[in-house]
Amino acid sequence: MIPAAVDYVLADSAEAAIAALTEAGDEAKLLAGGQSLVPLMRLRLATPSVLIDIGRLDDLSGISIDGDTVSIGALTTHSALEHSADLAAACPLLAHVAAQVGDPAVRHRGTLGGSLAHADPASDLPAAVLALGGTLVASGPGGSREIAATDFFTGFLESALGPDELLTEVRVPVSTGGWCYQKFNRRAQDWAIVGVVVAEAGAGVALVNMGSTPLRASGVEAAVAGGASAGDAAAVAADGTEPPTDNNADGDYRAHLARVLTERALTAAGA
Amino acid sequence: MEVSVTVNGTVRSADVEPRTLLVHYLRDVLGLTGTNIGCDTSSCGACTVLVDGRSAKSCTLLAAQVDGADVTTIEGLAGPDGLHPMQQAFHECHALQCGYCTPGMVMAAVSLLDEYDDIDADGVRVGLEGNLCRCTGYQNIVAAVLAAGE
Repeated sequence: MIPAAVDYVLADSAEAAIAALTEAGDEAKLLAGGQSLVPLMRLRLATPSVLIDIGRLDDLSGISIDGDTVSIGALTTHSALEHSADLAAACPLLAHVAAQVGDPAVRHRGTLGGSLAHADPASDLPAAVLALGGTLVASGPGGSREIAATDFFTGFLESALGPDELLTEVRVPVSTGGWCYQKFNRRAQDWAIVGVVVAEAGAGVALVNMGSTPLRASGVEAAVAGGASAGDAAAVAADGTEPPTDNNADGDYRAHLARVLTERALTAAGA
Repeated sequence: MEVSVTVNGTVRSADVEPRTLLVHYLRDVLGLTGTNIGCDTSSCGACTVLVDGRSAKSCTLLAAQVDGADVTTIEGLAGPDGLHPMQQAFHECHALQCGYCTPGMVMAAVSLLDEYDDIDADGVRVGLEGNLCRCTGYQNIVAAVLAAGE
């Protein structure tokens, strides 16, 4: 289908994007790569009045490593993450997860910041940033602030970003400990029916598509920290979750998958 | 709004609504109907073109987003000496039946070989996961892409 009529503003700076957001109010949407937003607009599930295109803000793109921190511009594409030798060395988990998103054409356009701001519980990258204990940087009219990934995802497709805020940067710690991403789906290119991300040999564990937001599996993390086996730690993976029921799977099956995939991921990560 | 795109080497400009998808810009405004529309959900890849040399689903981009960019469609792939090696390989390996997915499949395959070195059959299958073919069972498509890469 053809998207509903919409106004279009091309932002030439982050400040201009924030100013346009402030002026347009909450009927506006930021457009980065558009790989989540444009499909929703085509189905008319999203009908913003104004699109503020931030896709040309090249200074919000790039990967830099300073000490123990990897800083990634919000407009860095999945493809850039996938092919970055620096990221492969400093945080191989994130590079690997980026390579699992969608398909190559989607990865050429889709951005890390866009994926996080879209806050889809079925997406790969939000759970990875959650498992890594990342920090998100948002800019608004009053300046910029840091938001812990654990505080960022507030509901289904909802984040802690204010209506006049722009996600500019994502920071994750350098992380080369044992890691694994278990993504379970039945069709190529599909979203995960359930996914499990393990970082740092089980110190960080996050779940994909097990609730209305990406979830940190703190029970599993605590069990690993307490010396539990991979199997014992994985047994609590679905505790406290409310996994959705849809055409792919019912909630009980998702809970089962979460336990099985968590055990596989912990084992592969050397937990 | 005015959108200018270099399409197959020629700068083209048109005044379009901001909601215009690139695929509609190509098909309806420029008359380049080789790029097909196969689905409504960004799943099938029939509309794949190259934007600045990399595959993109032209149904999932606004024309406005590629203002100033280089776009290559299936019509722009063949050179003065004939078919592009990927087109030739699809022909020789019988990598199509109905042909509907073929323009997108060829464009995705061209981008894939450019992006990934030393790709094997499994890599081709994974790399083309965003392009659906309902006729061939993919076997000859994979063979064609590997042949074109040699």
